[in-house]
Amino acid sequence: MIHFVLLISRQGKVRLTKWYSPYSQKERSKVIRELSGMILTRGPKLCNFVEWRGFKVVYKRYASLYFCMCINQEDNELEVLEIIHHYVEILDRYFGSVCELDLIFNFHKAYYILDEVLIAGELQESSKKTVARLVAAQDSLVEAAKEEAASISNIIAQATK
Amino acid sequence: MNPFSSGTRLRDMIRAIRACKTAAEERAVIRKECASIRAAVSDNDNDYRHRNLAKLMFIHMLGYPTHFGQMECLKLIAAPGFPEKRIGYLGLMLLLDERQEVLMLVTNSLKQDLNHANQYIVGLALCALGNICSAEMARDLAPEVERLLQFRDPNIRKKAALCSIRIVKKVPDLAENFVNPVASLLKEKHHGVLLTGIQLCIELCNHSEEALEYFRKKCTEGLVKVLKDVVNSSYAPEYDISGIADPFLHIRLLHLLRVLGHGDADASDSMNDILAQVATKTESNKNAGNAILYECVETIMSIEDISGLRVLAINILGRFLSNRDNNIRYVALNMLMKAVSVDDQAVQRHRTTILECVKDSDASIRKRALELIYLLVNESNVKALTKELIDYLQVSDQDFKGDLTAKICSIVEKLSPDKIWYIDQMLKVLFEAGNHVKDEVWHALIVVITNASNLHGYTVRLLYKAIQKSADQETLVRVAVWCIGEYGDMLVNNIGMLNLEDPITVTENDAVDVVETAIKHHSSDLTTRAMCLIALLKLSSRFPSCSQRIKDIVTQSKGSLLLELQQRSIEFDSIIEKHQNIRSALVERMPVLDEATFSGRKAGSILAAAVSTSLNSVNGVSTSAAAPLVDLLDLGADEPATAAPTSSGGNFLQDLLDVGTSPFPSQSGTTQAQKNGTDVLLDLLSIGSPPPENSSSAPDILSLSQDNKISVSPLDSLSSATAPSVQASSTAMMDLLDGFDPSPPPTKDNGTAYPPIVAFESSSLRLMFNFSKQSGSPQVTEIVANFTNKSSNVYTNFIFQAAVPKFLQLHLEPASSNTLPGNGNESITQKLRVTNSQHGKKSMVMRIRISYKLNNKDVLEEGQISNFPRDL
Repeated sequence: MIHFVLLISRQGKVRLTKWYSPYSQKERSKVIRELSGMILTRGPKLCNFVEWRGFKVVYKRYASLYFCMCINQEDNELEVLEIIHHYVEILDRYFGSVCELDLIFNFHKAYYILDEVLIAGELQESSKKTVARLVAAQDSLVEAAKEEAASISNIIAQATK
Repeated sequence: MNPFSSGTRLRDMIRAIRACKTAAEERAVIRKECASIRAAVSDNDNDYRHRNLAKLMFIHMLGYPTHFGQMECLKLIAAPGFPEKRIGYLGLMLLLDERQEVLMLVTNSLKQDLNHANQYIVGLALCALGNICSAEMARDLAPEVERLLQFRDPNIRKKAALCSIRIVKKVPDLAENFVNPVASLLKEKHHGVLLTGIQLCIELCNHSEEALEYFRKKCTEGLVKVLKDVVNSSYAPEYDISGIADPFLHIRLLHLLRVLGHGDADASDSMNDILAQVATKTESNKNAGNAILYECVETIMSIEDISGLRVLAINILGRFLSNRDNNIRYVALNMLMKAVSVDDQAVQRHRTTILECVKDSDASIRKRALELIYLLVNESNVKALTKELIDYLQVSDQDFKGDLTAKICSIVEKLSPDKIWYIDQMLKVLFEAGNHVKDEVWHALIVVITNASNLHGYTVRLLYKAIQKSADQETLVRVAVWCIGEYGDMLVNNIGMLNLEDPITVTENDAVDVVETAIKHHSSDLTTRAMCLIALLKLSSRFPSCSQRIKDIVTQSKGSLLLELQQRSIEFDSIIEKHQNIRSALVERMPVLDEATFSGRKAGSILAAAVSTSLNSVNGVSTSAAAPLVDLLDLGADEPATAAPTSSGGNFLQDLLDVGTSPFPSQSGTTQAQKNGTDVLLDLLSIGSPPPENSSSAPDILSLSQDNKISVSPLDSLSSATAPSVQASSTAMMDLLDGFDPSPPPTKDNGTAYPPIVAFESSSLRLMFNFSKQSGSPQVTEIVANFTNKSSNVYTNFIFQAAVPKFLQLHLEPASSNTLPGNGNESITQKLRVTNSQHGKKSMVMRIRISYKLNNKDVLEEGQISNFPRDL
C-alpha cells in the first residue's frame, strides 16, 4: 500500500501531496521536511529507495521534480517505480510534454489524474489510455457546465438590458 | 458583485506568490488572499466558492493553515453540478483527514452521490470515500459500495473495489460481505477491474482465514489460468510496458498466488508450472521485467517447498546481486534476507559479494547488506566477518557507524568463541567508535572482564595503550578508567603477562595521569567523571605513593556544581585523609559479577520494572527495590535501573555504600563472589525474607514506656524547632501505649498529629519516628528520627541510611551528631522528609540501615519499617 505521494521540486518546494494514511497537519510538514532532506541530497547513481521510519520511500527524479511514494517494507519497490513512471507518462500525455510549471498552475489537474490512477493507496488502472479518456470525459463535463453558465448569464444580461 | 470577494483568479494568485522574492513577501500575499477568502466565506459567496477553494488548496500545499475552508468543501459537495462537486471532493481529500469531526457531516452527501445517476459523480464519491473515509463512514456506506461492485460500468466497479479495501481495513468485520462479489470480479476480463479485484481479494485474505480458504478452493485454478493468459498474451499496446503486457497485473496475480499458496501444498503445486515459466521467460533487461521477477521470487520463497523452483529463485537473486543497477542489488539483498531462512547455504555462497555491499557508497544498500550479513554470521565465519566489519568501521561514514557498531557488538556478544577474542574485538570497537556504543554493551563488557581473571592484566594494559591514542571515545574512557581503578597495580607491575604481549613500562603516575585527563576532559559527562572519582579512590590505596596527588585531584571536584560529583569528592576526600586504616579494605577489588545472573537480569529488567509496582502494593516493599535506591541516591541516571545490583551501574552503588558504611567481615574476601554480588544493596533494600536482625526489632510495646521517658528528657539539647513536635508526639505515644497520661496531646497550630512509632529496636539501639504534616500538603510527611543508645558504651561514626520504594521520595537531613553516648543519656535526631506520591492509596514503608563503631568495631543493623501509621 502506498501511504503517501509527494512531488517535491529540487529546491524543496512541495508541488503535490496526497495522503492515503492519516497524518496530522503537523506530521505532514515534518514528513515532508525529513524526506526532502534525505532525498534531495542523494547522489544521482544511488538506488531509488530510502528507508525511513520502518517504511520505504521510492523516489524518482524527472527533470527538476522528485516523485516520491512511501510504501510498506514488504511491498515491491520496483513495481512502485513503474507506478511512478506510469503516472508521469499519463501527465506527459495530458499536458503534452509536461513541465514543472504545468503542475504548478494546474495542480488540481494533476490531482484529478492521480485520483484516476490511485485510490486508497492502491493502483486503480494499468491502462494510460483509459485514464486519459476518463479525465477528458470529466473535463468536458466541466467545460459544458461552464458554457451553459456563460450562456445563461448572457441571456440574463440581455433580458435585463 | 460582492466588493470583498477576491477579484484575482487562481492563476494570478499563483503568479503573485511565485513572484515573491522573500518569505515575508509571500506571507503578505497569502495573508491578503486568506483575508478575502475568509470574507467570502462569511458572506456565503456562491459565485467564487470553487475558485476560492482552489486557491485554498494551493495555499494549503505551501503549508499555511486553511481550516476555515473546510466547510466550503462540504458546501461545494452539496451543490448539484459536477464541476462544483469535483473541486469540492478534491478539497475534502486535501484539506481534511479522517480524524476531523467535520468529515462526518459529509456522510449524507456521499450517500446521495453514490446513488447519483451521473456515473462520474459516483466515481468522485467513491474516490473520496476510498481515500479518507473513517471507520464510522465505512460502516454507514459499506452497503452502497458493495452494490457498486456490480455496477454496469467497469470504471465504477474498479473504484468500488479499491474503496472496499479501505472499508475492510477500517472495519475488518465487514470483510465477509465482500467475499462473493470479489469472486465474480476475479473472473472479469477488464484489466482495471481484475487488478483492483485481486487487490481486494488479497486484503480479504489478510483479514479472514475463511475468505482465504474460500478463494484458495474456488479461485486458484482460475487465477493460474489468468496469469498464463497474461504471460502468453500477444502485444497489446494499451497495456504494454517495455515489451511486457501489463506488468502490474502480473505482479498482482503473483502476489495473490503467493497468499493462496502459502501453507497449502495443493495450491502451491497447481501454480508450479506457471511460476517456472515466469521465472525463466521474463526479460530481465528492463525494470518492469525485474519487478515481475522480484515478485515471482518472493512468491516461490513463500509457497510450499518445491525445491526445483527455489534453486531457480536463488539463481535469479544471484544474478540480481551482480547487477550494476543499484536498485536491483538493493532488492536482491532485501530478498536474500527472506531466503536465508529457506536455504542458508545458498545465500552463504554470496557472502563476499554481500560484504562488498556493506561498503557501498549508497546508504540504503549498506543498511540492507549489513542486516543480511548479520543473519549470515555463524560460529565458523564469525572471526573473519567480524574482522572485515571492524576494519570497515575505521573508514565508514559517521552516520553509518551507529548501525554498524550495534551489529558488530551484537555479533561479538552472541558468537564469541573465547573471552580474549571478545575482549579484543570489543576494545577495537570502543577504540574506533566508542561514542556509538550503547550502555548495555560496555556494561556487559565489564562483566566479562571481571570474569576473565587471567586476562585482567592484559586488558588493563591494552586499554591503557588504547586510551593514549583515542581519548575522545567516551565509552572507551569509561571502561579504561574502570579497569585502571580496579587493576591499576597489574598495569604498573606487568602482572599476568600473556605470551603475546610486549612488556610496557607504566609508572603509577602515568596511570593516575590517564584518570586525571579523563576527569578533566571537556567532553566527559557525569557518569564518566563519577567513575573517575571512584577509580581515583581505588588507586589511592593501590598506589600509596600517589596518595597525595590523588587527594589533590579528588579535592578539585569539591566545588563541582553537580551534586553527585561534589558529594563523591567530599566523601572520598575524607576517606583518603581520615580513614587510612580502613581504606584498603574499602576499596577492595570488585567482587566478580556472575555472568549468568547478569544476562538474566538484563533480559528480565524490563519485566521486573513492570512487576515492581504491583509488588509494592502487595507487601509494601518492592521486591526489586534496586530502582528506588537508584532514585534515592540519584546515581547513574542513564543506567537501566533494575539491572543495577549486578551491572556495573551497581558497582558505583556498591562502592558508594561500602564507603558510606564500614566494611563488615563477610565482605573482605573476594572468594564469596556470589554472596557479595548481591550483598549490601540487596540486603539493605529488599529481597525476600527480612534479615535476621529484624526479628529482634519487632516493637516491644511493653518495654517502651520507660525508655521513652528517658529519651524525651534530653530534649533541651535539640534544636528548638524540633523540640515541640517531639515533645508533643512522644507524649501522645505514651498516651497511646500506656494509657496513663490522660492529658490530651497538645495539638500543633498547623497540620495533623500522628502517634509516634518505634520504628526499630534491637538490644542495643532504638529508633523512634515522630511525624508531622504541614497543612495544605498532605503528601509530605516530616519525620523526626530519634536514636537512643540502650547499651552503656558510646557509639561513634554513627550513620543512618534509609531507602524507600519508588512511589515515595525521601529527603534526609544531616544528623544532629555522629556520636551516640551510652545509657540513653543523649540521643541523635535526624529529620527526614517523605513525599508520598500515592498518598491515600499506599502506606509508607522504609528499609533502614544503621552503622556505627562500638569499641572500634564496626556494627551494622538493618531493618524494615512497615508499621507506619496509615494515611501518611
